Amino acid sequence: MSEPTVADTRRLNSKPQDLTDAYGPPSNFLEIDVYDPQTIGVGRNRYTTYEVRMRTNLPIFKLKESCVRRRYSDFEWLKNELERDSKIVVPPLPGKALKRQLPFRGDEGIFEESFIEERRGGLEQFINRIAGHPLAQNERCLHMFLQEESIDRNYIPGKVRQ
Amino acid sequence: MSFFGFGQSAEIDIVLNDAETKKKVEHKTEDGKKDKYFLFYDGETVSGKVNVTLKNPGKRFEHQGIKIEFIGQIELYYDRGNHHEFVSLVKDLARPGELTQSQTFDFEFTHVEKPYESYTGQNVKLRYFLRATISRRLNDITKEMDIVVHTLSTYPELNSSIKMEVGIEDCLHIEFEYNKSKYHLKDVIVGKIYFLLVRIKIKHMEIDIIKRETTGTGPNVYHENDTIAKYEIMDGAPVRGESIPIRLFLAGYEMTPTMRDINKKFSVRYYLNLVLIDEEERRYFKQQEITLWRKGDIVRKSMSHQAAIASQRFEGSATAEKALAQAKEDSN
Repeated sequence: MSEPTVADTRRLNSKPQDLTDAYGPPSNFLEIDVYDPQTIGVGRNRYTTYEVRMRTNLPIFKLKESCVRRRYSDFEWLKNELERDSKIVVPPLPGKALKRQLPFRGDEGIFEESFIEERRGGLEQFINRIAGHPLAQNERCLHMFLQEESIDRNYIPGKVRQ
Repeated sequence: MSFFGFGQSAEIDIVLNDAETKKKVEHKTEDGKKDKYFLFYDGETVSGKVNVTLKNPGKRFEHQGIKIEFIGQIELYYDRGNHHEFVSLVKDLARPGELTQSQTFDFEFTHVEKPYESYTGQNVKLRYFLRATISRRLNDITKEMDIVVHTLSTYPELNSSIKMEVGIEDCLHIEFEYNKSKYHLKDVIVGKIYFLLVRIKIKHMEIDIIKRETTGTGPNVYHENDTIAKYEIMDGAPVRGESIPIRLFLAGYEMTPTMRDINKKFSVRYYLNLVLIDEEERRYFKQQEITLWRKGDIVRKSMSHQAAIASQRFEGSATAEKALAQAKEDSN
């Protein structure tokens, strides 16, 4: 008498996990905050800078903690560098708000508190998405943006190796 | 086409000999509906009767010959004019003449070769059918009857597991393993994913089964990809050293056996796609081909009525007989 064959669904053998791996801190910690907007300068030469603070345990970043000040055009520079050199699809930046820069506005234009807050949120989202991308992490421009005091626009573009 | 009141016309239909007992299976039609057809295997005889029924009994019915054909053909949807016939048999039932009353003709196509499985896909169709034809001066009267053919295989002698280490340098390294490379249609994929290095934030992992139908040759090759199944195997972020098991039952999905370069016209291949998705919706994937094959049904050892019919059914087909014998052995 034959019965239908029962499929063998036993799990494949695997190594038991090391407890230090199981309970250790995850090796993918990466947090970037964009906060503390400050408007610098006077009159028509004013601009806003934001503090970009990074904390990470990824070995590809030389500094495990860094803190720099960046303005919107620095973010634009980073976006352009990545679009040119890396293979990633770069996420969008918050808008340029050209209309807000026209004269004869009733409000503060680009220095309006609510606008700055909206922009701050968009920039934070942007930088977190990029910095977490394995292909963007290889780019010198990203490391310079996050971890060097100022951006050298005459730098030599290239890749970072561990 | 019949001419109202003018002369004589007839209807023609085909009936298989074992129509009462023969197994029927569901098969998708071109417009997506499912219909039932008689099931045949390679080497099986196709026999039956052709009934010619006169519309006006007593009146003369002239014809230029009555025949029945058994045809296996491949149709490419983008080239409908050309049917590629790989099996074409014909039996003449009546020479040109006349009928005065309805008549039935017997036919038998003995031990017909049916080398490929019936297939209805996105850009190509492979079908087998009987076509009875009454030739006439102005217009022929024809009737077609589709049948479905399944190709059976036995357990392959060589069926190694698939085991590989893949990853993105310094970001993600995994080792995946699937227990076999060849699975039958009611089999289970047993495997595991072992995480060697995890430096990205994974949200979940799934395994997809992708069917790829390839038609055409040379520069005019079309690939149609269809995701047959998506099965989540992990929800949450893994760390180094974790093993995630895979147990995917294939019987629940509509699949065909792997078909490679059928009559040099088309292929149907299946791939397992392992997909990891991180918190930014970025997808990391690894595709691996698997071979699917169709196993013959298990037959009970006792010589019951069913077994007697089943063994008759496989008469004349070496592969099918081997498949039956193997299935019997395995089930012991």
